[in-house]
Amino acid sequence: MSGLSLPALLPWLVGLPLLAAAASFAGQRWVAGRWLNAVGAAAQLALAVLVLWLLAAGDSGLGQRYTLGGWGAPLGIDLYIDGFAGLMIAITAALGFVLSLYSCSYFTEPDQAARFWPLWWLLMVALNAVFLAADAFNIYVTLEILGLAAVALVALQGGRPALQAALRYLLVGLLGSLCYLLGVALLYRAYGTLDLAQLGQLVHAAPLSWAALGLITVGLLLKTALLPLHFWLPPAHANAPAPVSAALSALVVKASFYLLARFWLETLSAATTAQGLQVLGVLGAAAVLVGSIQAIRAQRLKLIVAYSTVAQLGYLFLLFPLFGRPSDTAGLGGAVVDAVAYFIIAHACAKAAMFLAAGNIQRAAGHDDISRLHGIARRQPLSLFAFAIAGASLIGLPPSGGFVAKWLLLNAAIDAGQWWWLITVIAGGLLAAVYVFRVLNLAFTDSAEQPPAAEAQPVLPRLLPLGAFALAIITVLLGFNALWVLEVLDIGVPPLQLAADGEAL
Amino acid sequence: MFRELNSNAAPPAGLRIVCALAIVGLTLALIAAVVVSGPAAPGLQAAVAAALPHSGVENPVTAVLLNFRSYDTLLEIAVLFVVAVATLPLRRAVAPQRTEAVAVEPVLAALVKLLVPLVVLTGGYLLWVGAYAPGGAFQAGALLAGAGVLLSLAGGFSLAALPARPLLVVGLVVFTAVAAAVGAITGAFLQYPVAAAGVLILVIEAAATVSIAATLLLLYGNLAEPVPSGPLAGTKEPAS
Amino acid sequence: MTQDLFYSICGIALFGIGLYGLLIPPHILQKILAVNVMGTGVFMVLIATAQSRAPAIDPVPHAMVLTGIVVAVAGTALALSLVCRIYALSDDTEQDAGR
Repeated sequence: MSGLSLPALLPWLVGLPLLAAAASFAGQRWVAGRWLNAVGAAAQLALAVLVLWLLAAGDSGLGQRYTLGGWGAPLGIDLYIDGFAGLMIAITAALGFVLSLYSCSYFTEPDQAARFWPLWWLLMVALNAVFLAADAFNIYVTLEILGLAAVALVALQGGRPALQAALRYLLVGLLGSLCYLLGVALLYRAYGTLDLAQLGQLVHAAPLSWAALGLITVGLLLKTALLPLHFWLPPAHANAPAPVSAALSALVVKASFYLLARFWLETLSAATTAQGLQVLGVLGAAAVLVGSIQAIRAQRLKLIVAYSTVAQLGYLFLLFPLFGRPSDTAGLGGAVVDAVAYFIIAHACAKAAMFLAAGNIQRAAGHDDISRLHGIARRQPLSLFAFAIAGASLIGLPPSGGFVAKWLLLNAAIDAGQWWWLITVIAGGLLAAVYVFRVLNLAFTDSAEQPPAAEAQPVLPRLLPLGAFALAIITVLLGFNALWVLEVLDIGVPPLQLAADGEAL
Repeated sequence: MFRELNSNAAPPAGLRIVCALAIVGLTLALIAAVVVSGPAAPGLQAAVAAALPHSGVENPVTAVLLNFRSYDTLLEIAVLFVVAVATLPLRRAVAPQRTEAVAVEPVLAALVKLLVPLVVLTGGYLLWVGAYAPGGAFQAGALLAGAGVLLSLAGGFSLAALPARPLLVVGLVVFTAVAAAVGAITGAFLQYPVAAAGVLILVIEAAATVSIAATLLLLYGNLAEPVPSGPLAGTKEPAS
Repeated sequence: MTQDLFYSICGIALFGIGLYGLLIPPHILQKILAVNVMGTGVFMVLIATAQSRAPAIDPVPHAMVLTGIVVAVAGTALALSLVCRIYALSDDTEQDAGR
């Protein structure tokens, strides 16, 4: 161990953005303050990189625990980090940094900026806290910060569509949280602890475990917007300000997916069944198809991108059937988790780039109506270029993060002997190509009846297209540096739970 | 499923019945799961009782809230802060017509003069007694906010008259600062030195009380003030 | 039937009633109230769990409920403020929209 101890840094992943939220709220009148937010985001990124580096350098290869308050579970609350959690924190901090820079240029109106920054930091608090959480009730509180901050950010722009989308998002979020909380209450009733690792040892297949699993699953699926429960996502993501849309699609929905993976494959795995895992996979496959088709039919650029999120989230759910029921309590790791985690990261970068590009186009053109975006490529070349690269990644064209992610996913499906998922992955890629090329096709062709010079176009600050472009470049770079990411993921895979009696029949 | 705000139509009867039956089935299944699972597992009361002497307070619920699971409470203050940020009016001047005394009934004015100090005193008591018996920051904050509501009903008082921002954020700042500071001493975030735990908890709770009261008062003010409504409203924001 | 079991069942029933109120009635205020009914049901299950460890009473669910109440207040307030803002943006023809 080096002098720096990794666990001691973990609470700061929550504490730093918390202080930043308070500071940006109190120092709102200070105009230069908004660039300080970018400095704060850089600090968060540095912290996350340091954490990831220490995690990767640790020779034990084990996940790390931190006992808050010095009590330790079950009396106190612990934080826990393994490779999966570490990568989620790193991608949160990386995207958080780029999106913060972008937001400095995006929110120029003081009133909006004053409200945006504290909420933005609270969103970061919640994301980091979710990924580090090791306590079932603590997850409820973090999910509420996440949900309420996200709703407030969607409502930031005002206007009836945004407010209504926010209200619906809020009601869905509250319903999801309450389902989750009832599940946790039942678990606590049955097992007398809230710590995830201890629950993982104690849980056995019993009616109360199934009830809790069902409630927790429904609650988290609502928040993740898996197919039949996805109705709230497109309006909320399409009506939010661009950096908020990017964060919602890239990070916020992934947080509840991350928790689903933890609960199904670790904590409550003893209560799951193979059929249940297959059902999640089938819903995911349906989401890929339905979401893509809705994206093809959508008439607004941001709505296309939002429906594309519904589709891309579907791929993630292939994790469940491909991972299968863990034969021993092995922790979250292996080829399937690698593939899905890689998919999360690649999609996060590509989708954030896409939403920023769409936001730039909307701001420049004053609307994002597809039928009136002819020739926008000439006026917004960099944003369109970013959109195209991100689109290529979503389709799964090499060389991009999306290509590697799909390749890993295909391999995992073949290894698991479940070749039928290949059809979904390939069909989803083809459908993605349709909606991406539909946009590009329009953007590069001039419309006859609409002379491009007729409307006065606002000049965008340079940082806006650059932000989208930077994320697109990261998406490509991910295609070349897959190996290192995958190595980090294997940290924490050795048994978290040593007890064998968790696997009761 | 979730209709728009302006839809008045209730769903068709068939859908309602199907939905009701599904919910009844679901509820019965959950109840059955609880009933067949027999008595509940032993909880954490023994662990709490064992650690209580080191917690700095005597009331076990306060010990759980502000010591054993203080991280939850820190994040709970953050939840309130989210809503405060989301609903704090920005740079809107205090509505001037409200400060012009609306003839306050003498009975109400006298009652307020009598009640408000008592309510504030009770709030202070609840804050202090939380260490020994049911009570604590949220209860005290709610009472203080109640006193504020009474004052604003009697006219001439609103949160805008106070430095709202510092009041709203002080709970979060003090809690985080204490959490980090004790971490520097004892080595673990949120681990209070045993000897100082009682005082630190009281400091955190006092700051939280202020923020909770300010947040509740803000929420009341936002919802009570309003939105110009009805045909009487002369100045309406243009529909977007 | 033990006391805690009775209250657990009542809590779950409240949860179901709230769920119906959230999904079916069209009025937004009814939905917001329904969410609170659901929350109360969950809190009741938690309190019953605390009671089930008699003769001692488990303080952890009590603390969870106190935290949950604050969170419920926050969520309700945010929902109501959104409703007010939507209402303020309504045209005259939609004045009685949420009624």
